[in-house]
Amino acid sequence: MEDKKQQRKNAIIECSLELFASKGFYNTTIPDIAKALKMSVGNMYNYFKSKDILAQEVIRFISKYLGNELRKINELEISTEEKTHKIVEIYFKIALARPEMIDYFLRIYLSNREVFRDGCEGMICVNEFVTEIMIYFEEGVKAGDLRDQDFFSAFGLFMGYLGGMVFLKGEDILPKKLDEYVDDITFNIYKALSV
Amino acid sequence: MKILWITGLACNGNTHSFLNYPYLEQFLDDFEFIYHPIIDSNYSLVDIVSKTISCDILLIEGSISPEITKADKKLVDIITDYSKVVHKIVTVGTCATFGGIFKESEYENISGLHFDEKNLVQSFLNLRYKTISISGCPVHPETLVNTFYAIKNGIELKLDEYLRPKEYFAYTVHNGCTRNEYFEYKIDNHNFGKKEGCMFYNHGCQAPFTHASCNKILWNEVNSKTRVGQPCMGCTEPDFPKANLYETKKNMGIPANLPLGVAKRTYLTLAGVTKAFHINRLEKDMFDD
Repeated sequence: MEDKKQQRKNAIIECSLELFASKGFYNTTIPDIAKALKMSVGNMYNYFKSKDILAQEVIRFISKYLGNELRKINELEISTEEKTHKIVEIYFKIALARPEMIDYFLRIYLSNREVFRDGCEGMICVNEFVTEIMIYFEEGVKAGDLRDQDFFSAFGLFMGYLGGMVFLKGEDILPKKLDEYVDDITFNIYKALSV
Repeated sequence: MKILWITGLACNGNTHSFLNYPYLEQFLDDFEFIYHPIIDSNYSLVDIVSKTISCDILLIEGSISPEITKADKKLVDIITDYSKVVHKIVTVGTCATFGGIFKESEYENISGLHFDEKNLVQSFLNLRYKTISISGCPVHPETLVNTFYAIKNGIELKLDEYLRPKEYFAYTVHNGCTRNEYFEYKIDNHNFGKKEGCMFYNHGCQAPFTHASCNKILWNEVNSKTRVGQPCMGCTEPDFPKANLYETKKNMGIPANLPLGVAKRTYLTLAGVTKAFHINRLEKDMFDD
């Protein structure tokens, strides 16, 4: 019974993710989501008490998904440079296969902070993802590959760069396909972060 | 009960610490030092090395090296001779237990009686079964004295992998620290000696991964390093002393040494949650209006 409820919850999250990412947070209503799922609006509220709470669950869902992918890379016995390549690669791969995830992160989570202020303080709702990035950095420093520095100066460089590229891709500005940038971007990031 | 207190390469810090035991008179009624480098005793060092005088406990303070002699007799030979007559051997302090700070000296093969830092020393393996280690720089006087009484009363002490009584070394110094609230919410103390803040995050405190009872059995019955506003320096551990004791070694912001037994992902997840909140009460001076 619990599993069924969880499955339903996941379906709501997936559906809201697509709608929020494509139409925007404020342009998407609970009735829109209910309609897309062929559910009654009243029943929707049995799963999520408010649209804000639903939006927070969506970012948690994305963070878990991305964190899980990064964890697989962190657990590989490969060099920091190879890990860097794989992280860039998977980030772009997800941006192409599940563009709504990265769109949601950039266009909803980062752009509508008021929705996430109460319940997603700090980086709580993106914890899984940030934790894996921290581990990648920490292990890189321990291995003598990356330069020791403040976490955020490194994090900003890495994620700002990737987010920026995906944003440009979303705006149809990039002349080449996103995956064609993987090698150059890996080179730049690794060169900037290495000792 | 008779004790022989012999020193290797030592600063006598453990002796000084022992002299601060608040009930020393009572102790000296119950125990007798057949020899002690500072306290008056019936025998001289020459007497001790020239024959084997009956005693119950051999106490070793200071690092051990085959080169060290006491009254022209090699320390290792004195230990060998007396180990045959005593019931128990007690290594007192981190030097006698692990080698300690004197490993930096010019003597060769400096170590503790059974351990060279974390490594087992092969030379006195046959004595391990009767040895108890009380590490610390210096030793906590109550830990030492209570161990003496345990021996006197025939209490079998459970020991850890370094032969330290679990009664005192199964805990970490973090246990009982008055700064635990600040630790929980990741609030460091930026001024040494202040009552506020946890010193683990930036100021080098090793309490969460150091085995000792400093915050359960207070020093001079009053205080501890962390309570007074100094970081724990990990002085009971095999790798003491490390360098840069007032700085937390970090890799890209993550402490290189995490609280004992806590996995990195667990730590980071918790840290991420607690760092998201601001607890006003803990962020300001306690006595501010």
